[in-house]
Amino acid sequence: MKTQDLWEETYSAVTVNKVRSGLTMLGIVIGIASVIALVAVGQGAQSSIQANINSLGANLLIVMPGASRSFGSTVNAGRGTAETLTPDDATAIASQVSNVAAVSPEVQTREQVVASGANTNTTIEGVTPAYAQVRNLQIADGVFISSQDVTAANRIAVIGPTVLQDLYGDPNSNASATPADALGQTIRISGQDFTVVGVTVPKGGTGFMNQDNMVFVPLTAAQHYFLGSTSYVTEIDVEASTQAAMTQVQNDITNLLLQRHNIPDPTQADFNILNQADIVSAASSVTGTFTTLLAAIAGISLLVGGIGIMNMMLTTVTERTREIGLRKAIGAKKQDITMQFLAESVMLTFTGGAIGIALGWLAAVAVTALAHITTSVSLSSVLLAFGVSAGIGIIFGYYPARRAAALSPIEALRYE
Amino acid sequence: MNTKPIIACENIVKTYHNAGVDTAVLKGVSFSVAAGEFVAIMGPSGSGKSTLMHIIGALDTPSSGTYYLDGSDVSRLTDDELADIRREKIGFVFQAFNLLPRATVLRNVSLPLVYAGVAKEERERIAERALIDSAFPQAFWQHHSNQLSGGMMQRVAIARSLVNDPALILADEPTGNLDTKTGEIVLHTFQSLNTGHGKTVVLITHEPYVAEHADRIIHIRDGAILTDEKNPRRRIARGES
Ligand SMILES: Nc1ncnc2c1ncn2[C@@H]1O[C@H](COP(=O)(O)OP(=O)(O)O)[C@@H](O)[C@H]1O
Ligand SMILES: [Mg+2]
Repeated sequence: MKTQDLWEETYSAVTVNKVRSGLTMLGIVIGIASVIALVAVGQGAQSSIQANINSLGANLLIVMPGASRSFGSTVNAGRGTAETLTPDDATAIASQVSNVAAVSPEVQTREQVVASGANTNTTIEGVTPAYAQVRNLQIADGVFISSQDVTAANRIAVIGPTVLQDLYGDPNSNASATPADALGQTIRISGQDFTVVGVTVPKGGTGFMNQDNMVFVPLTAAQHYFLGSTSYVTEIDVEASTQAAMTQVQNDITNLLLQRHNIPDPTQADFNILNQADIVSAASSVTGTFTTLLAAIAGISLLVGGIGIMNMMLTTVTERTREIGLRKAIGAKKQDITMQFLAESVMLTFTGGAIGIALGWLAAVAVTALAHITTSVSLSSVLLAFGVSAGIGIIFGYYPARRAAALSPIEALRYE
Repeated sequence: MNTKPIIACENIVKTYHNAGVDTAVLKGVSFSVAAGEFVAIMGPSGSGKSTLMHIIGALDTPSSGTYYLDGSDVSRLTDDELADIRREKIGFVFQAFNLLPRATVLRNVSLPLVYAGVAKEERERIAERALIDSAFPQAFWQHHSNQLSGGMMQRVAIARSLVNDPALILADEPTGNLDTKTGEIVLHTFQSLNTGHGKTVVLITHEPYVAEHADRIIHIRDGAILTDEKNPRRRIARGES
């Protein structure tokens, strides 16, 4: 039997009962569409989280006070609650650890900010000029905090775009505030007057990574006016000069700080160093699990679709017993019959798979448009879906096809 | 007349084993059919006619005995080898026609050639030839087979049995589902294939009237041959007028 004839036979068999073929295919369509859509949501989440983490800065190490805890609880239990890191620690890291590109000691607090009638509650970040480099922060208009500002504890502020809108935007109009509206203006932070000298470029991001909703002031000013102490910092960000040097820099900082804090036992360390690569891999493993879970749920509907195919194929074989008997009587071999029924189920699942991919893709686009969730339909998931749908056709079509091929022509011709 | 035997059965026995019970359906059947003969196998219902036809049609193998089809022993072949023999040497016509209902006449007739691996254009050419040989009106070639009358369907089945140019045409109760008049037309088609084209025909029936259209009649009863004789008063069926 020629391949072209096989497909012609298959096509006419599948199209004879269009409604039933369509309904059977629907199981595969839904299964494949949900795999594509859900994996797209999962992978979208993964890539947007990774992009967020990478926008923190390059080759970043974050030194935080407090005992070493797991990644999640370190972030959740307020940073800066322990007062074990000092500005001198930062100076020591800069001068004694090699392959360090920049060191940025910071203090962080939350205060009420007021300007010309508007007010907002936001994060106040006391920083040095190094912060802009380490955290990859750009100025849209104005200037960033200079070392003179830090030395003199000047009451100047650089605000993020979210803060700009909160303070200077008009809630009754769609027009957004421009940096010019804020530059040179005075804002009151916790009762102290600060002059706005710069506005940062929007970076996006959410939660603790969101730098758009922040007010930056000189480190010394924040210590003096808000913390009432210059003896500690709440975080030291370190940029390693190369990716390859990160492990060495992290180890050197650990040893240096243990020595400076007189802690002989590393397990008793009163600080914690987060490596950007660790954050990325922790987040990836979370989103990876999430993606796998979504794919597994979708996979179950695919399995159900496959069973639907098998059920229909078994019905078809029974219904067409006489036809199978005739085909065998006029010279069809076992293999011809097996191939014919396998081809039917593969045609059903493959067509269902193609429709499912298109629908899943549309669903992913709709999710992005309506729910503003990043989705990403990867080529590999499309290829996988094609492979899986053809595979389902073969696996779930095999048993019915073998049953058809094994029919004795005599029994089949006699069948009423 | 050519005397080379197409069918040579030697002591064919067929026994079915069902749930521990042995049923002997054929109890030592021997006969042969020469090329170009028109033989009727006649007997009452349940006498083993269809069982015999399955064996001479290479649809089944005997429990014992030897069967030579066109000179070669086919009594011990595997299923797939039997399929090859059927495809090359035998054309079947069944009581229930067994056409693909939603396929055209032309596609039904060319179906055996699909399994012979013949290309499409060639297939249709041969199928058209077979339809002409079985006097099937061209106006219906593109009709779906389920739009035809019983007599027409049976002639499609006859044309289909011819496409692979078989050594032997086997018909099991071909007029069983037809009225007398259309049955007559079908018998006429067989007779003209036999006399006009020299095809060997073996016709199985329980009706004496139908059997009398053959030039030799084998009576079987309870799985054994009762009589096997020439039919001196052969009936000639009338075709469409
Ligand atoms: N698979 C089978 N198992 C048991 N008995 C069978 C089987 N096939 C046919 N028979 C029996 O063999 C006998 C002959 O059947 P069959 O050849 O169909 O007769 P006919 O065609 O002459 O009516 C019947 O009694 C039938 O019941
Ligand atoms: Mg019978």
